[in-house]
Amino acid sequence: MTSGSRVTENLRRVSLGAVGVLAVLAVTELALWADGASPATFPLPTTVLANAARLTANGGFWAAAGSTMAAWAEAMAITIAIAVPAGALLGLLPQAESALRPVLEFLRPIPSVVLFPLILLIVQDNGRAELAVIVFASVWPVLINTVYGFREVDPAAKETLRGFGFGSLGVAWHVSLPSAAPFIATGVRIAASIAFVVTIAVELIAVGLNGLGAFASQQQGGNNAVAIMLAVAIWCGIIGLVLNVVFVTAERRAFRWHHVLSGTAGTTATAPTATAGAPA
Amino acid sequence: MSRLPLLAARVLVVAAALAAWELWTKAAGSAYFLPPSAIFRAMYHQWFAGPAGHLWLTPDATANLLPSLARLLVGWAAAGLAGVALGLAIGRLRLFADLAEPIVHFGRAIPAPTLVPVFLIIFPLGTPMEVATIAFGVIWPVLLNTIDGARHVHPGHLETAAAFRLGPVQRLTAVILPSAAPKILAGLRLALSLALVLMIISEFVGSTDGIGREVLVAESNFNVSVMWAAIVLLGLLGVLLNAAFGLVEHRVLAWQRGARPAT
Repeated sequence: MTSGSRVTENLRRVSLGAVGVLAVLAVTELALWADGASPATFPLPTTVLANAARLTANGGFWAAAGSTMAAWAEAMAITIAIAVPAGALLGLLPQAESALRPVLEFLRPIPSVVLFPLILLIVQDNGRAELAVIVFASVWPVLINTVYGFREVDPAAKETLRGFGFGSLGVAWHVSLPSAAPFIATGVRIAASIAFVVTIAVELIAVGLNGLGAFASQQQGGNNAVAIMLAVAIWCGIIGLVLNVVFVTAERRAFRWHHVLSGTAGTTATAPTATAGAPA
Repeated sequence: MSRLPLLAARVLVVAAALAAWELWTKAAGSAYFLPPSAIFRAMYHQWFAGPAGHLWLTPDATANLLPSLARLLVGWAAAGLAGVALGLAIGRLRLFADLAEPIVHFGRAIPAPTLVPVFLIIFPLGTPMEVATIAFGVIWPVLLNTIDGARHVHPGHLETAAAFRLGPVQRLTAVILPSAAPKILAGLRLALSLALVLMIISEFVGSTDGIGREVLVAESNFNVSVMWAAIVLLGLLGVLLNAAFGLVEHRVLAWQRGARPAT
């Protein structure tokens, strides 16, 4: 494909995409307006967008977004600190992983949010219970991708290093970890979006937590509640998209060599997502 | 490791984990960390001590577990149908795909819990609100996987269908759907486990019954054993749903094993 036709192609996609968005907004606007629907329950798209713009001048909204992202970041750091070493260990010891699998398969589907009341009762601290619940949800994709990455290491590379007299720890550090890194990164990207969703869910449920979830539910009973809640949802969608773009770009930058080696842009690195992108 | 010793090792690990948990919790005597024997007893009394005529379900189980399961399955099925239908359209119709893609990607990025307060106002409290939350949350993996599956049908198969002058309906049911089936099923499987999560979230926020509601009631009564019972029940339910789906998937895709051209 020549670069000229690629530009036209992109132009076509962007403009048609914009047309699609505008068409949906316009049709919704007209339908609600013609129907005379109650603006309190079904606000017009223009009202929602105006509220989304107005939120940028709202200090409470910024504070909420800040505390959501702070909880998210702390939970991600804990997730990586737990899941990468544990996944590496299980990846290096296939027998242990295989024997432990039933226990993990039982823990994984437990909706992390259901743990919140019990953990809160135990730790008596909203913020720490929130972190524990987020970590429980986001640990799985990192763990599974790390195990997978450590198991997929090229045996020839390991043998080579062993030939140079490196012990198994040296081989794990110099060969297995770098070669598993792209898989770990994929797991971290999936965990990042799961952690974001769970953070908001916990803020919605817990009494006395700050954050976007709490900010949205506090609007209840106020004027314009639905329009503001939808505006918050739009901003959450934007944050989710930005997080994804940041992680995908970082992965591409950091692991260009991986995509070159595996020939297909990213297909190998994203292969485990089908099984690992599992529940929150 | 061959199959039999592996199974033995797994049974042994599960038994050892349960035994260690039992011994540790008994020794610690904590009011919060209960031994498995106490948890299973609580599960039995709470839900499974009913008369045989009621399939051993207690009134509590029929009042809470069944509504939860019904909402989970209805929300999942509705999202599944809508996701597959939309996904086929987007995957096969180029113009539709270009129009819809930004909306789909933005919709997917919105965390379903942020919409719960909205659904609380728009829909009647209880089942409608919960089904809406589940359906909105789980449609995305189905939709995206169906788009992907429908888009990448083997061109040779489509050419063969054209040579035999199959109509659009036949092309859909005999070529496109079977070819996209593995992807669609993978999306439905992901959606099922996600539905369990959203079921709990929505029941925590606004419900008068269900497993999530039971946990909240247990919390306010400091009833630790029911909280543990619910957690273990949900883990088992997740395993069970996944296994049941695996059986269906195996059946549906049986024709594919060995019949698939190398791609």
